[in-house]
Amino acid sequence: MKKLLMATAAAALTAGTAYADGHAKEVKLGILLGFTGPIESLTPHMAAGAEMAAAEVTASGKLLDSATVTTMRADSACVDNGIAIASAEKLLAEGANGIMGSDCSGVTGAVLQNVAVPNGMVMISPSASSPGLTTMEDNGLFFRTTPSDARQGEVMAQVLKDRGVNSIALTYTNNDYGKGLSDSIKSNFEAVGGEVTIVAAHEDGKGDYSAEVGALASAGGDVLVVAGYLDQGGLGIIQGALDSGAFDTFGLPDGMVGDSLPTNVGPDLDGSFGQIAGSQSKGAEVFAELAAGKDFDHTSAYVGESYDAAALILLAMQAANSTAPADYAAKVLEVANAPGEPINPGELGKALEILAAGGDIDYQGATGVELIGPGESAGSYREIEIKDGKVTTVQYR
Amino acid sequence: MDLLNALVALTNFVIVPGLAYGSQLALGALGVTLIYGILRFSNFAHGDTMAFGAMVTILVTWLFQSVGLSAGPLPTALLALPFGILGTIALALFTDKTVYRFYRQQKAKPVIFVMVSLGVMFIMNGLVRFIIGPGDQRFTDGERFVISARTFKKLTGLDEGLAIKTTEALTVVTAVIVVAVLFWFLNKTRTGKSMRAYSDNEDLALLSGINPERVVMYTWMIVAALATIAGVLYGLDKSFKPFTYFQLLLPIFASAIVGGLGNPLGAIAGGFIIAFSEVTITYAWKKVLTYGLPDSLAPDGLVQLLSTDYKFAVSFAILIVVLLFKPTGLFKGKAV
Repeated sequence: MKKLLMATAAAALTAGTAYADGHAKEVKLGILLGFTGPIESLTPHMAAGAEMAAAEVTASGKLLDSATVTTMRADSACVDNGIAIASAEKLLAEGANGIMGSDCSGVTGAVLQNVAVPNGMVMISPSASSPGLTTMEDNGLFFRTTPSDARQGEVMAQVLKDRGVNSIALTYTNNDYGKGLSDSIKSNFEAVGGEVTIVAAHEDGKGDYSAEVGALASAGGDVLVVAGYLDQGGLGIIQGALDSGAFDTFGLPDGMVGDSLPTNVGPDLDGSFGQIAGSQSKGAEVFAELAAGKDFDHTSAYVGESYDAAALILLAMQAANSTAPADYAAKVLEVANAPGEPINPGELGKALEILAAGGDIDYQGATGVELIGPGESAGSYREIEIKDGKVTTVQYR
Repeated sequence: MDLLNALVALTNFVIVPGLAYGSQLALGALGVTLIYGILRFSNFAHGDTMAFGAMVTILVTWLFQSVGLSAGPLPTALLALPFGILGTIALALFTDKTVYRFYRQQKAKPVIFVMVSLGVMFIMNGLVRFIIGPGDQRFTDGERFVISARTFKKLTGLDEGLAIKTTEALTVVTAVIVVAVLFWFLNKTRTGKSMRAYSDNEDLALLSGINPERVVMYTWMIVAALATIAGVLYGLDKSFKPFTYFQLLLPIFASAIVGGLGNPLGAIAGGFIIAFSEVTITYAWKKVLTYGLPDSLAPDGLVQLLSTDYKFAVSFAILIVVLLFKPTGLFKGKAV
């Protein structure tokens, strides 16, 4: 009997170590995005972008002793802090080494404060753009591959001014993202001499926007700027404003840019304009080529940013030679910025090699990544206009 | 002329959308109130029943569209509506048979029923998303406007446009017809009377030989039909998205409670009260006043009582005031 016990214990021990060995070669990357909620039409493509980077790293076999990268999707619900925090905790419980996410500014702040900072987890968001996140206490754990909306407001004011718009009505989705962006647009547009006739919030997911449209129409303006989401209130507001003949032209910040908007609204949207984070870097073209054959839409918003966010986490791990967030967090800015060898999408294998040899890289990625301040993208924008039911690029700013 | 402009602006941005939204809420609230009156519980699954009905209708609409069947200037969805109603009735009866009947036999307390309906809500919610997906579905076709803002301006030479969407006109007309039929049914037919008797006093109804299972069945059928009609009209007028139907539950319950739970007339009044309070209290009167008043009195500000942020606060404030001073609702419903 004693022998049997000993044997079982020994077997259990060896099994345990074998398990641990297998574990060391696996890097777990959590993908925390709003697969349900206001931007659920964008997130599958964003997740696919991040998974593409993970697959590329795995295929290269060069990450920390040819570790494989396993991705785990979790739902942030975009606007539901409770769900987002629960999902992030689940990712941590399942042993995530880093989190690509979250997406919407409100839940990103909530997860950062309640999960990432207390547990020392690194988060790189591809799309949270609220200016409030710049100053949030993050212990150096939070980065984003998208610029802050403080910058977007400047760009939008410039776009409006260049198009000869003198007065705007402004509506925003009632959350951290919408509020931050609308404040920034308002102050910047007024600084260049424009008039903001009204600033009205709208709630997402309600369907009926008669009250908002009525108030906006009464205030008037050349253009209605809608700082919302294209799958949500933003769409409802535009539809209502067009139907009642209140406005003909719309200003569309990043949350409203996507092909589903012109498809849903129809030809009346032609002539509306806006901007979305994007750059004319060579990386964008390379990324488009790489992703062309894949079964997701690489032109959808924030797909390149998602690829970059995932790549940055993995490259930082390589640079630190560790999967522990405490070790690699400090390396994120190093791999993202000069000096070093510029790295485009598809060259992650090469980058890992350089890092392993102790070299330095300057990750460019799909969006020309350049992190400034506390770790957010410097911010170049793509000015777009809706022409013939398509989102077309006017220029880069 | 200016006065006309003021009137048109008010009609365009307040009265027309308010009437359409109010009708949609009223139809939804009628379903909630019938369940409360006859089966004696608050049915939280109502919003998702509406979504399910709209979904079946959309699927049949797509089928009709693919074979080229259309209703001319009216949306094809109207032709598909009867199939949507049948599908929803089947679902409602199935749910009753598998879920609610068990608790009815247990003589469970109303609060247990409410929790059960919450569970049913989540299942229906998932079912709809599973079948049609969580995204936006558009199924409106036919003529978009009865009169569009541009045509109206051209016709009348006024500065302000008036737009009436086909779906808005359709919503109001359908709501009137449905309500008339429902009231005729409840007041004049044998089944309707037995339903009201069961609602008034269950034991007395049983003694006078009314079969409770039959009453329950008819109630579910009517509620399913109402939910489908409300869901389809709402989807036609705005857009179909499972999430918005879930959110619709709050204003619908607010309407039913303000009017008096269990009282059909109250549900209709409640629907319009909630809809118009949301639109008018947050409306910026600047445009209307600029037209209506002499130039010297024209306002500089927006003349907005409350910012639109408080839209929902308004309907819930009304709800609380009504509950405080008249707990049974404006029209005498059952005590809440």
